[in-house]
Formats: sequence, structure tokens, C-alpha cells
Amino acid sequence: MEILKVSGVNKSFGGLRALNNVNFAVEEGTVHAIIGPNGAGKSTFLNCMIGRLAPDTGTVMFGDISLTGMKPFEINQVGVSRVFQTPEIFADLTLLENVMIPTMAKRDGIFSLNGFRRLDRDAEVRDKALHMLEDVGLAEKKDMHSGSLSRGDKRRLELAMCLSQDPKLLLLDEPTAGMSRADTNNTIDLLKRIGDRGITKVIIEHDMHVVFSLAKKVTVLAQGTIIAEGKPEDIKGDPRVQEAYLGGAHL
Amino acid sequence: MSARTSPARDLVYFVIFAAAVLTMPVWLAPIGAGYPDLLQKFAIYGLFATGFNLLFGLTGYLSFGHAAFLGVGSYTAVWSFKLLGMNPIPAVILAVVAAGIFALAIGFVSLRRSGIYFSILTLAFAQMSYNLAYSVLTPITNGETGLRVLRSDPRIFDAADGAEGALVSTLFGIEMNGYAGFYFCAVILIAGFFIAQRIFRSPFGIMLRAVKSNQNRMTYTGLNPRPYTLAAFVISGMYAGLAGSLLCITDPLAGAERMQWTASGEVVLMTILGGAGTLLGPLLGAGLIKYFENIFSAFNEQTLHSIFSFLPDFLETPVVGLMSLFVGEGWQLTLGVLFMIIVIFLPGGIMEGVSRLGRLFKGSDKPSAADKGRVEAAAE
Repeated sequence: MEILKVSGVNKSFGGLRALNNVNFAVEEGTVHAIIGPNGAGKSTFLNCMIGRLAPDTGTVMFGDISLTGMKPFEINQVGVSRVFQTPEIFADLTLLENVMIPTMAKRDGIFSLNGFRRLDRDAEVRDKALHMLEDVGLAEKKDMHSGSLSRGDKRRLELAMCLSQDPKLLLLDEPTAGMSRADTNNTIDLLKRIGDRGITKVIIEHDMHVVFSLAKKVTVLAQGTIIAEGKPEDIKGDPRVQEAYLGGAHL
Repeated sequence: MSARTSPARDLVYFVIFAAAVLTMPVWLAPIGAGYPDLLQKFAIYGLFATGFNLLFGLTGYLSFGHAAFLGVGSYTAVWSFKLLGMNPIPAVILAVVAAGIFALAIGFVSLRRSGIYFSILTLAFAQMSYNLAYSVLTPITNGETGLRVLRSDPRIFDAADGAEGALVSTLFGIEMNGYAGFYFCAVILIAGFFIAQRIFRSPFGIMLRAVKSNQNRMTYTGLNPRPYTLAAFVISGMYAGLAGSLLCITDPLAGAERMQWTASGEVVLMTILGGAGTLLGPLLGAGLIKYFENIFSAFNEQTLHSIFSFLPDFLETPVVGLMSLFVGEGWQLTLGVLFMIIVIFLPGGIMEGVSRLGRLFKGSDKPSAADKGRVEAAAE
């Protein structure tokens, strides 16, 4: 079953055509990678899916919900979470608080005026958040301020935050950008483990190692157009992809 | 929120705070601040700063127009005296409601922007209110003379009493000036502190801190920051209205200058001086500024000469000459220097100083139950 279906999306910035009639579908429970050279329109495409940008034409369907025109927080509330290229966390707060916030957002909705209840008495939220921190191996750092974490740990924290909401679809924008090889491998392992829970993932990635370790299906975007789509092995050998992505060099 | 805060510790903290406020006339007497007029100001401006801190300290939105809500609270309180009678309770309730509605309107427009643009919008609204109160709205505000209660006012509930004597707010026969006025303000301050403490520890409070920390992440976490900031703005506007009504309960006169931008700036100074985002900091800042305003401004050359009389004459004259710049009329110079020193060396305000001292005495970074400042800093 298709969990996400993008049909006929166009997006222009002034004279620049960033996305040209993009059709794209993600099967439920799979890991789908979007690759492409710099400036191919990958981030624009992601932003159109998540509500940060409004596509000029076309529709984005999540199950039977149309995401076009919805605000980012509404899209999150129907079950789509996003990991950013640079980890976006609450740097002034502790790790535990960082994970409690999305947990409460999932339970209490877009806005709730709980001004008189004590947060430290809310065992449900606390336990869930602790459990998520354990999952990503950050439980012993729960009272630390998250701003002082390493890049790799920030990424793990951000993943824990997204996972605490039990999303149906997880969008990852270059999850290993700027990471050391060791951190990259840790992140791959973590993402593989999450894969076992059946969360559908869309990954935008530069690093071929990450793409080929994780993705079941790869879509190649170049100059705003999808030029190829298929299994990783097929994509690797596709001459059009090599031409667009690597300027003809051999992969 | 971390393991360091617990309901029991907060209760202890609250009880110590309440006791300290109620005994202020005793322990402030040795430094010359134990008289009712100043004590009332401590409590009222402490409440004002506590409310301001709920907005600025938690969400990071710096409002430069909070004096407008102080003014609205004052005018509402005086109108309540004029129409309903001199009982302070309806005045307090009506002032909080009026300031809340006013804050809802201003916040709705101003919160469409953040950062410096938000500050400028709030400043513009407050200056607009000030100028309106001075000119167009004279029938309501009595312009530059200020609004006061007159003998001829209807005062539905107590028109019969008080045919002679000064018109002061009266609660069940107790006149709300002097120490009675201070204790009325003190009880409201303690209640206001209790609510602020609950907000700090609540899910709502942590959402406000999330607004300050990362609005982008908040949006992609399924939360809409706008209603959170608006709620914080309205609550802090209600605190300001409450403080404004207390100013009129202790002295039933409301003037437009209460809404001027300098008054808005003062509450910003109080909060930053004490430590934005801490519970106790804004209260300390408010106390310090009001103390300087009242005590240092009362110093004159005579007092200085008596203080430095131990110096030989050729030294005494220049020392007194130099020091006299900083006292009397020049008390704001002292305040300015102090403010600069604190902002440069202790960006977290007085509370950061307290927590550093606490760590110094402990000799380690382990928090201790007895050490209030440290607990407070940890709660941030």
C-alpha cells in the first residue's frame, strides 16, 4: 500500500524551475531514498511534502489525507515526523525534557494549557521519554543540557524525539551529514533497528554508503526531474544516473 | 524539571519565600527600608516583574510595552472605586480582567513578529496608549491631572460611608495604607509567586521554554508556538494589571505617566538585573531598583560628609564631591554602573551570582537542598 503519494508537483522560484512535474510514491513499511547532485531540488521536494513550502501545482497525499495547504504542525499531528540536516533540538533543555515535549505534543495536541499540573508527576510522559532515550543509548545523559552533546548524539536525540511520537512516516534530511565515519555507522545501525518497527522512512542522502546500506528503493532527482527509480543495485549501474550524478565517472 | 526539582522541595521553597515576604518589615528595617510605602513598592513591583518574567524569562519575547497594562490596571481600579466603592477586591478582579483583554488584543497583533520587531510593536502600542490617555481619552483618564476618586462619585456600595476624611481603599473596615496596605500587597504577591512557580513546573511552562529554545523544532513536533506565546503574553499582562491595581489600592490616584516607556524599561531592567528565567531573580531586581530609587536618592552631601568625616579634610572634600554624583539626584548613575557590572560579569543576573557563590561554598557542583540559588539555577 502507498503511504505517501506525490502527484504532478511543480515549484518555481522566480525563473528557476526547482521541481518539474514530480510524481513519487512510497510503499508503507519501506525505506525509500532520494538522491541527486547538489541543487537537484531534493530539499525543495522535502519542504513541499512537509508543509514548509507550498507547491505551485500538484498534490501530496498521506494515506487519504491531503497534506497540501496544511501547516507543518498539523502535518506532524497526522503522523509525519522530520529529522533535519542540522539536528534541530531544544538546546537549552535537558535530554529528558527534549523527548518529553514531543511525547506531550502527541498526547495533548497542537496546544494545551496545562498551567497547573506538575510535569514531574506525569509518569506516563516521563516513562515513555526515558524508554526512548534508552532506545538510542542516551539514557544515562538524561539530565544533561542537550546543547553540549556531540553532533552524533544530537542526531540520536533528535531521532528519539521523532520516534517518541510513533510516527507513521519519518522523513530524514541527510541524517549523517557532517558526521565522522564511526558516528555515521552508529546512525545506520540505529536506523536499521528502527526499520524493524515498520516505520516508513524517506531518506535524502548524499552518502552512497548510507543509501545502499538502508534503502530498498532509490529515486534519483536531477534538475528538478526524476530521472531514475528502482532498486539500489539497478540505480548503481544506470548510465543516466552516473551521467547526472557523477558527471560520467564510474561509481 | 530535572531530578533536582520535586514537589517537596518546591513547597519548602515556597514556605521560605512566604515567610520572608511577610517578615520584610522586620529584616528590612536595619537597612532603612522597613517603612510601609517602600515595602508596598517592593511587593507591587516584585509582582510586576514576576509576571513580566513569565513572558520574557520563559519564552524570550522581550516586551517593551508592559507599562501599558500597569496603567490599564490602575485606571480600572480607580474606576472601580468611583463606581462600585472603595473595596479593593472588585478593583483587583476588574483590573486583572481589563488588563487581560487589553493584552489579548495587543498580543494578538504584536506576536505576529518576533525579536526586535515584537519589542518595537509592543513599545509602539504602549506609547500609543500613553498618548491616548493624555489626550483623546481624557474623559476616561482625566488627562494630565490624573484620575482620582471624588466625593461626588456614585460608589454604589458605600456611598453612605466616608462622608468626611480622606478617600482611601478600605477592606472590611481596614484602610489599605501603611502596614495594612503592605500586607494586602504581600498576600497577593505570595499568591502570584505560587502561580508563577506552578507555571514554571508545568507542561505549559516547559512549552514556553521550548518556544525560547527552538520554534522551528516545535513547529515540526506538532506544536503551534503562537497560542503558547499569546497565553504567556496575556498572563503576564494580567500580572501587570494586578500590580497596577495595587498601586491604586495603596494610593487611589492613576496618572498617564505610569504607562510611559521609561516604566516599561524599568521592568525590563528589574528582570535582567535579578536574572531572567529564574523565579526569585525578578523579585530581587525589583527590590534592588526600588531600594536605590528611594534610599540612594535621599542621600545628600550632608549625609556623605558625616560618612566620610573620618578622612582628613583635604581628602574628604574631593571624595564627597565625587560620591555626590552617585547619590541624591544622581542615583540613576549608581544604578547604571551596577547594571553594567552585572550584565558584563554576571549575564544571568543576581541569581547567577548567588548560584556561583553556592557552588563556591559547596566546593563541588553537586546541588544541595539548603542552597536555594543553586536549586533555582538548576530549575532553569
